[in-house]
Amino acid sequence: MTETSRRSFLKLTGGTMGAAMLPFLKSMPAHAATGGTIVVVSGQTINSLDLHRTGTNRASYQVAVNCYDRLVSFGTKEAPGGGFSYDYSVIEPELAESWTISEDGLTMTFKIKPDATFWDGRKVTAADVKWSYDRAVSAGGFPTVQMKAGGLERPDQFEAVDDETFVIKLDKPSKLTLPDLAVPVPFIINAEVAKANATADDPWAMEYLHTTPAGSGAFKITRWEQGQQLVYERNDAWVGGPLPSFERVIVREVPSPATRRALIERGDVQMSFNIPNKDAAELDAMDGVDVYSTPIENCIHCLCPNFSFEPFQDANVRKALAYAIPYEDIFQTAAYGRGAPMWGGEAEITDIAWPRKSPYMTDMAKAKEHMAASGFASGFEVPISISLGLADWMEPTALLLQEAFAELGIKTEIEKIPGANWRTAALVEKRLPLHLENFGGWLNTPDYYFFWAYKNGHLFNSSNYLNEEIEQLVDSTLHIPMDDPAYEPNIKRMFEIAFEDLPRIPLWQPALNVAMNGASGYEFWFHRQLDVRPLTTATT
Amino acid sequence: MAPRSRMILGRMAQAIPVVMGVVVISFLLTRALPGDPAAYFAGPAADEASIAQIREELGLDKPLFQQFIYYVSDLSRGDLGTSLTTGQSVLSDLAARLPASLELTLAALLLSCAIAIPLGVLAATRPGTWVDHLCRVLVTAGVSMPTFFTGILLIYVFYYLAGVAPSPLGRLDFIYLSPPHVTGFYLIDAALAGDWETWGGALKQLVLPATTLALFTLAPIARMTRAAMLSALSSDFIRTARAAGLTNRKVLYGYAFRNALLPVVTTLGMVFSFTLGANVLVERVFAWPGIGSYAVEALVVSDYAAVQGFVLAMALLFVALNLVIDIAYALIDPRIGLK
Repeated sequence: MTETSRRSFLKLTGGTMGAAMLPFLKSMPAHAATGGTIVVVSGQTINSLDLHRTGTNRASYQVAVNCYDRLVSFGTKEAPGGGFSYDYSVIEPELAESWTISEDGLTMTFKIKPDATFWDGRKVTAADVKWSYDRAVSAGGFPTVQMKAGGLERPDQFEAVDDETFVIKLDKPSKLTLPDLAVPVPFIINAEVAKANATADDPWAMEYLHTTPAGSGAFKITRWEQGQQLVYERNDAWVGGPLPSFERVIVREVPSPATRRALIERGDVQMSFNIPNKDAAELDAMDGVDVYSTPIENCIHCLCPNFSFEPFQDANVRKALAYAIPYEDIFQTAAYGRGAPMWGGEAEITDIAWPRKSPYMTDMAKAKEHMAASGFASGFEVPISISLGLADWMEPTALLLQEAFAELGIKTEIEKIPGANWRTAALVEKRLPLHLENFGGWLNTPDYYFFWAYKNGHLFNSSNYLNEEIEQLVDSTLHIPMDDPAYEPNIKRMFEIAFEDLPRIPLWQPALNVAMNGASGYEFWFHRQLDVRPLTTATT
Repeated sequence: MAPRSRMILGRMAQAIPVVMGVVVISFLLTRALPGDPAAYFAGPAADEASIAQIREELGLDKPLFQQFIYYVSDLSRGDLGTSLTTGQSVLSDLAARLPASLELTLAALLLSCAIAIPLGVLAATRPGTWVDHLCRVLVTAGVSMPTFFTGILLIYVFYYLAGVAPSPLGRLDFIYLSPPHVTGFYLIDAALAGDWETWGGALKQLVLPATTLALFTLAPIARMTRAAMLSALSSDFIRTARAAGLTNRKVLYGYAFRNALLPVVTTLGMVFSFTLGANVLVERVFAWPGIGSYAVEALVVSDYAAVQGFVLAMALLFVALNLVIDIAYALIDPRIGLK
């Protein structure tokens, strides 16, 4: 590569940079008006450009979102806490032009947009879709589990009828299938490019796509330096949605939150993704920086008393805990008031909104009553377990809980578990007597949450909770449509049981915080990763 | 030259058992870490089957001894494995990150020496004066402030308030592209490519983190220089030299300083090695893609291959460093033989 072409990569696009030493950012507004560049900083590291690969971390999901298309996507709505949010109730076309679902709900037929092309100019065909879906259900690990949630389990369920027609056959109808096609996992890969780089040991081209995406999405990757930066460049031929405003997006990894804050305050970067609650609260009070704190849908920070620990088998003990928790103090101290309170709700359940406030609030007198009525009136000892990987909210929460529970005669000690062991201890072995947990479901229905967090043996049911009625309710509700007459009563009954039995005591709904300075158009997604497509320059 | 190269070869031969020991110990220690990498990397929603599948892919279902055999045979082919945290081969990670750390550490040490050694000499020749006190205050302040604090303070003052420092965004601001890879040291690579603009950009990024580290390493070097100079200046041969009427300059730099250098070089070696490992905090604050933050992140998630690769690389580096120091001794002090 010659010197000029290397330099032209970033510099020559906005006209000549007369004085080469002129700081790039000083000329940013001029660039921005004509498309230009946005710089985003994030504390997370991207470790793969292929979501299906084993070991790909969450931060890397943004590549699947920005560089690849799915058949369908979600709509957009105004978000609580400012800005926009994806809209679970609206499914929009992305690569699919239209789709039909058979009467029995078992066959879905998608028509692919005729003008959709991959980055190399080749037309997107149903065969590419099939190959990509086959890959997602065969790769194992997280992608396969997520596909299964929508009833997509085997390659023989997918059929490429002709170039533009793709058919999915289901074993049973489910309301979760269509939304599951809009999550990051079933993204459409350029199968010809992938197959050309596949080997006998690696039929799904995991090694190739790990570093070299091949898609049809709104952005291509022009540069990836692991641990440092990812540079996106717009694909002008994108047909999946409105053409993004920015021509180039640079995502820089900056591990220190203090440094990220200095950068966004100075306006040298336009966006700081996923900032700590404390910074969000302080930056919000400042001029010039816009902070979006979107409560994360279908996600609740909970205190989980484990049913395999004897005192917590006593309903009065669990209720005593729920009344003793200093909710407001915890919300202000651990979350700096970012998110939504999950306590002090109505006793009667009149709607199916979720996450919803529990009917409990801080009431020490009631807590003591319940404690006295329990079989453990004289108190007991139990550790409160927290993950060091999530210490930012778990540690202050645990300290306040420790203080409050001491008043009930429950002596607690805070047990800090390293992040790498947390999952095994809390979710797999389910051996922590009293711990904090924060499951959030991608598919935004209450029954989906209950499926993961309240059904016995399921991963996020870290309380070892078992209730026959819940088991049966979740099974019968999970796949029925939301307008089925049984849906609403079933959901309400689940809420009643959950709040009566309290295997998970809701504390608050956390927020995803994003700060912007000189850009707008931020949209929150359930996957909690950066979608760079809707970003625009600030309209001041 | 013959005895010298024989000495170097001898020293390298001595390093072989050390490296072998490091290989065994790093392997066993990483396996002793709590945590299950398969469960961790399977992701939060994975089930038992997919965890087992990943465990098999990683070879973690095999007995420990067999894993070790695989590791050593891969190692003998120069294959350090693949890091799960970064998704890259450990070798390419180290190749990218070790030069970043070395460049930062060497720049910091050069800066530190340029200040600390003259300061130490001055303080020793004028004990009890303002120079001596200044030296004491400076080194105490430098060593007593944690590096991440100094780093954030420097960013706050020079970047946030004054706006003279560039954005603390790692080795190069995003307007520059990294120079073609030759040594991995951006300053050297940019100079080799004749790309002085990038060279300037890299240098600007280097100033604040290097200053932060330099402040921290001032103390041992300055104090050691001062002490060594004081003892050298009070020895008999200096009195003899002065009595012989040699110039003050000749006495100071020709005799005293040369003798005082030995402990200073020893200290330098030690400071270099601990700085290389300990600058993880500086790396995080300045988003510097170095080896320290790499190792810490790998350790947190029990990323075996990356941790082992890091330990091995550091061991080799220390062996090389000790060799360099021994050679430097021989150059400084003819009595320490090339035997």
